[in-house]
Amino acid sequence: MDITTGLFYTFAAILLFAAFRVITARSTVHAALFLVLAFFSASCLWMMLSAEFLAITLVLVYVGAVMVLFLFVVMMLDINADGFREGFWKHLPLAGLVGALIALQMALVLMRGFNLEAPEPTPLALEMGNTRLLGIQIYTNYLYQLQLAAVLLLVAIIAAIALTLRERKESRHMGPAEQVLAKKADRLRIVKVAPTVEQPSAPNSPSSPEPPAGGKGAAP
Amino acid sequence: MSLGPITLGHYLSLGGILFALSVVGIFMNRRNLIVLLMAIELMLLAVNLNFIAFSHYLGDMSGQVFVFFILTVAAAESAIGLAILVVLFRNRASINVRDLDDLKG
Repeated sequence: MDITTGLFYTFAAILLFAAFRVITARSTVHAALFLVLAFFSASCLWMMLSAEFLAITLVLVYVGAVMVLFLFVVMMLDINADGFREGFWKHLPLAGLVGALIALQMALVLMRGFNLEAPEPTPLALEMGNTRLLGIQIYTNYLYQLQLAAVLLLVAIIAAIALTLRERKESRHMGPAEQVLAKKADRLRIVKVAPTVEQPSAPNSPSSPEPPAGGKGAAP
Repeated sequence: MSLGPITLGHYLSLGGILFALSVVGIFMNRRNLIVLLMAIELMLLAVNLNFIAFSHYLGDMSGQVFVFFILTVAAAESAIGLAILVVLFRNRASINVRDLDDLKG
């Protein structure tokens, strides 16, 4: 039993333990954190399968983005976790039966063959590396599908924002089209006001009566 | 299969056990919508593991390209699923699957 075999069994055991804890954890936050552990050990297994780019992508995209999103939603929603646990163990016989059946069927298929040993890496793969080979495949043979995936991500962005955006009642929001189409005449009204001449009340006017106290500045 | 060198069957068995485990999780956590989404993520992980194992043992890169696209679709799926969950919680103040029986009539 060499070191690769030992590593495989270690990572597989951690992966299965983490998956088991995901489905049985009492708190949803714990379930999310165990799912992170499951993704990490799966990423180590993928690295042993010399799929380095996808292993790093799994950690970056899943642990870095999707699981943070999960944790964010779990902590944002005020969930009463007690109601979920009722009847939890009641479903165990049916669930165990279905799970054992699936595992048994898989075992029946897998026991027959699939005793392939790992092939020696080709000189081309050794020279170019996994990331470059994957890039060549994606950008030449699967370019159309790659662009479809990009459109799919765009749809997902728009859908997620459109679903969760809500109009607040107190927000003073105005449509940009309405703002652009506004003319000067819509906003500004010029009113001709007739000039009204009042009696000037300035003190140095010649026609105004002088106060009797100061006789110095009086007109002759 | 033995403890000897790791063959393709070892990885496929691991993927199968992981898939069965997440099916069990869906059966047992049928009240909690978030754990249901997590179990679906685990299923996708098992499928991806099978794809990569086949890609490595058969020496074909196309399996890894498929995993790339599955990761894209899964990220979009979980983003939209969580957005629906948030909207649901705003309207119902609950994510219990038992409360979502409006279509029952």
